[in-house]
Amino acid sequence: MESDITLTVDGTSHRLSVDTRTTLLDAVREQLGVIAPKKGCDHGQCGACTVLVEGRRVPSCLMLAVASDGANVTTSAGLASGGKLHPLHTAFLEHDAYQCGYCTPGQICSAAALLDEAAAGSPSVVTSDVAGIPALDGAEIRERMSGNLCRCGAYVKIVAAIEDVARARGL
Amino acid sequence: MIPFDYQRATDADTAVATVAPNPRATFLGGGTNLVDHLKLGIAEPELVVDVTHLPFDRVEPLDDGGLRIGAGVRNSDLAADPRVRVRYPVLAQALLSGASWQLRNLATTGGNLLQRTRCEYFQDVTTPCGKREPGQSCSAIGGYTRNHAILGASPRCVAVHPSDMAVALVALDAVVHVRTREGNHAVPVADLHRLPGEHPEWDTVLGHGDLITGVDVPSLPFAETSRYRKARDRASYAFALVSVAAALDVADGLVRDVRIALGGVAHKPWRARLAEQALIGRRAVAGEFRAAATAELADAQPLPDNGFKVPMARNMIVAVLSELAGEERRDETT
Repeated sequence: MESDITLTVDGTSHRLSVDTRTTLLDAVREQLGVIAPKKGCDHGQCGACTVLVEGRRVPSCLMLAVASDGANVTTSAGLASGGKLHPLHTAFLEHDAYQCGYCTPGQICSAAALLDEAAAGSPSVVTSDVAGIPALDGAEIRERMSGNLCRCGAYVKIVAAIEDVARARGL
Repeated sequence: MIPFDYQRATDADTAVATVAPNPRATFLGGGTNLVDHLKLGIAEPELVVDVTHLPFDRVEPLDDGGLRIGAGVRNSDLAADPRVRVRYPVLAQALLSGASWQLRNLATTGGNLLQRTRCEYFQDVTTPCGKREPGQSCSAIGGYTRNHAILGASPRCVAVHPSDMAVALVALDAVVHVRTREGNHAVPVADLHRLPGEHPEWDTVLGHGDLITGVDVPSLPFAETSRYRKARDRASYAFALVSVAAALDVADGLVRDVRIALGGVAHKPWRARLAEQALIGRRAVAGEFRAAATAELADAQPLPDNGFKVPMARNMIVAVLSELAGEERRDETT
């Protein structure tokens, strides 16, 4: 069953017709050709498909495209603006925070949201006082990034890269 | 995945009237469980009714000082709510213990309660499962049982309920509001989920097409001293082997009131009423906590791979209550 929807992806608006069974991930990759978000497990367990919808990180493989009608989607590619890399892109490059790079777009989107969540004062389960304001140390970053797996095991450098950007933002 | 129609519901009554008479219709919340089930072939609806645009997306104060949580409130938003963090830290911690941040951004309060077991056999359509296909035998019995129940199981099913949030809500005496074709009903979260008995296919007492609209968490001042602890096979982003939600009220060194619920041990979030009753009026010390936990677990029937859950649950109850008793003592001396 087909349905007509509108998606804005990385600032560009698209009208498209989707099978109701199509996930947001497949619509963005296969129908719109935006291949920054990756398909890893396709079950919400690995984080490779992470994108920002209205600024919030979500697993696009568990979202039906038809239910996302009207959504404003940002991928890792869209975080770069005017040919200028996002500070997280630069930090990942400087820290060599990847090997194969397949999980990286999901890691970047997740980290971008993490910085906003921390700036808003949202706690995690490792925050010692859940009612207090969390300090974004390594343990906090590891917990908050646990939804993004890296089969190459670049975790140590991923945390260091995110920590750099967090420090620069005063978090 | 078989084809299905999609509708975006604009009011709750129409959503219920659409789904209730059609056994092949289902509600769609955050979709983190349902969309996975569509892919796995566990769910095969012909009609999906999206209820995420209904006006149940707010956390509002109740007259008694409690909170009304809309069924559509996302897990991450509920965990970040300052009222939840201050008044019910056990609930904030339980929410933050579940899944990943991305999943919590999608998952709703109603959907979290109605998520289905992660039993390996239930999720594998190539193996028999009486929860998936009524009447079939349980493949976990005689199979891999590390993650399965130690309390309240039946020869038909040994699966456990996977929610962390529900364990905290049971400890807090929360009440679910349900819209049905007959009207509105209120069901304590503690009575929402069933034990498997002869019908493991029924996770809850709700009928097909009943729609959760919200959850009331009553005022419980001593829940400011509350905690959720979860043991699992990796440090984050995994389901519970055992979890404990607890709140403790101590006066003059004696237990005035206490709430304890367990996750990962049964087909439903397990309110530890035997342990609670054993503790009222007793000294708030580890020996008493241990005796109470032992009483609660006296009827535990572990399976071949999960005998460790009995001492794990006992030790976690003792540890969490001891920490809470320590916090209470610090509060009294400051």
